[in-house]
Amino acid sequence: MADVVLKTDALNKSFGALQASRDVSLDLRPGEIHALIGPNGAGKSTLIKQIAGNLTPDSGTVELLGREVTALDTVARARMGLGRTFQISALAMEYTVLQNAVLGALGGRGRVFHFFRNVMKDPELLERARDALERVGLTDDANRRTADLSHGQRRQLEVAVALTLKPRLFLMDEPMAGLGTAGSKALTGFLDGLRQEAPILLVEHDMDAVFALADRISVLVYGQIIATGTADEIRANAEVRRAYLGEEDAA
Amino acid sequence: MMLTRESLLNWAMIAALLIVPVAAWSLDEPFIITLATKAAILALAGVGLNIALGLGGLISLGHAAFFGIGGYAMGILAAHAQNYEPLFEWPFLFEGSNQMPLIWLVAVVFSALAALVIGALSLRTSGVYFIMITLAFGQMLYYFAISWSAYGGEDGLSIWVRNEFPGLNTLDPIQFFAIAYVILCLALAFAARLARSPFGLALAAARQNEDRVQAVGLTPFTLRLTAFVISGAITGLAGALFADLNRFVSPTMLSWHTSGEIMIFVILGGVGRLYGPVAGTALYILLEHLLGGISDYWQIFLGVLLLLIVLFARGGLIGALAGREKAHG
Repeated sequence: MADVVLKTDALNKSFGALQASRDVSLDLRPGEIHALIGPNGAGKSTLIKQIAGNLTPDSGTVELLGREVTALDTVARARMGLGRTFQISALAMEYTVLQNAVLGALGGRGRVFHFFRNVMKDPELLERARDALERVGLTDDANRRTADLSHGQRRQLEVAVALTLKPRLFLMDEPMAGLGTAGSKALTGFLDGLRQEAPILLVEHDMDAVFALADRISVLVYGQIIATGTADEIRANAEVRRAYLGEEDAA
Repeated sequence: MMLTRESLLNWAMIAALLIVPVAAWSLDEPFIITLATKAAILALAGVGLNIALGLGGLISLGHAAFFGIGGYAMGILAAHAQNYEPLFEWPFLFEGSNQMPLIWLVAVVFSALAALVIGALSLRTSGVYFIMITLAFGQMLYYFAISWSAYGGEDGLSIWVRNEFPGLNTLDPIQFFAIAYVILCLALAFAARLARSPFGLALAAARQNEDRVQAVGLTPFTLRLTAFVISGAITGLAGALFADLNRFVSPTMLSWHTSGEIMIFVILGGVGRLYGPVAGTALYILLEHLLGGISDYWQIFLGVLLLLIVLFARGGLIGALAGREKAHG
């Protein structure tokens, strides 16, 4: 049990007649990248939201670091060490890149109810923020307005903000989306090293990245996990090929 | 970096607000001093609202509640003091007060408490529902004041002599102006620090992207409620000063027109700009004074101006003069 950072047990979630999660059980172990793949509409986003705390499952439980968190909200789960990146960049667009990173550092440290000191002159927060920006390669863009960043740079900043939290695990929803080949490759290399720091549950459409990175892959189809295994096992799985990879290979 | 066009403009405005009444004083024009005092006090109310509206993105149409509570705090304390009727006799005898510092303290405490209650209930909603609920709370207090006959009901309360401040003669217009001006400057300095503080960073981030703030482990509701309380307290303090300026408080201070006016000050000057309420109030009072002489319906011009600003100059007066740059960087 202690070896598992995140565990979902038989999660079910329906929206009217549509069952978006069916008995979803998966886990995330220390040091691994566990990729979650599946065709559009398979229920990946619904699952992510149940893990992050935006949605309450109809039945089943979510465990974080050995503690049941099914009833806790997103804020409580973030404080426990869940670092999340969003499918659609969720950043403070009026802020500079550095301010977004400082916001993350502030959240990671807590103690937000200070009304007088200048937050952008707090050496501890700045160091944490600059460190995270450097790791994703945004140092030179620190003083730009976030709204002026390219799509790919916003994806990088999402990752940087998650890093400032110093999380115990990452929950990344399509971090490669729209990155282009070079950006995708760079981020793949980065995530490869990141798993040593904290394991990653990675939802991703970029199959090259998934097969290059993932220690384990789970395939979600119609809300159900039809297979979990290593890249080779998934490639060889007939059901997966039929449900999912077939289309990809043909394309 | 610090001396941007906006900060030059801010210094110019705050200097003008000082120079005009001092010049009027030397020319013996007490009416101008009173206008400047009114501008300083209403700007203070706007500085309060701007913390909720500009920084927190909370469109409150109920800030008249706090303005009026501040006004009634002054009215009730001073009325008991002038009539020698004890306000309460237990646990100790209290006969009201005509001392401004005590009146301000009571105004701030009660408007902060009201903001805590109203905010805790209203902030469970957002968008148009938040606007309507804050409006409803404001109107509730308005009708309560109308029916509160012990304190004048619809007619309000008149205070014969302006309250006192230790060491000053508050009946002298320029000395009362000085009080209002110093408080405005302190509130502006506080708002400036607040905007740059850890709290301000998180609060303004919650306005821009709630998901992001939650994902870094911060609770938007708590941030907003805190901002709402601070905002209400400052507007309440302005209400106490405004009542003292007029030596009169009535339910009008609590009506939704007042909420609208405070919001107009902020929008005219520039939402979220630190000195927006100062610019907006000065412009409003100037228009009222100049156009009011031409026509009783001068607010038609105000309406046109407001429309133009909303359509073409989102940053208000300060935005038009100083560009897009945000006050809280």
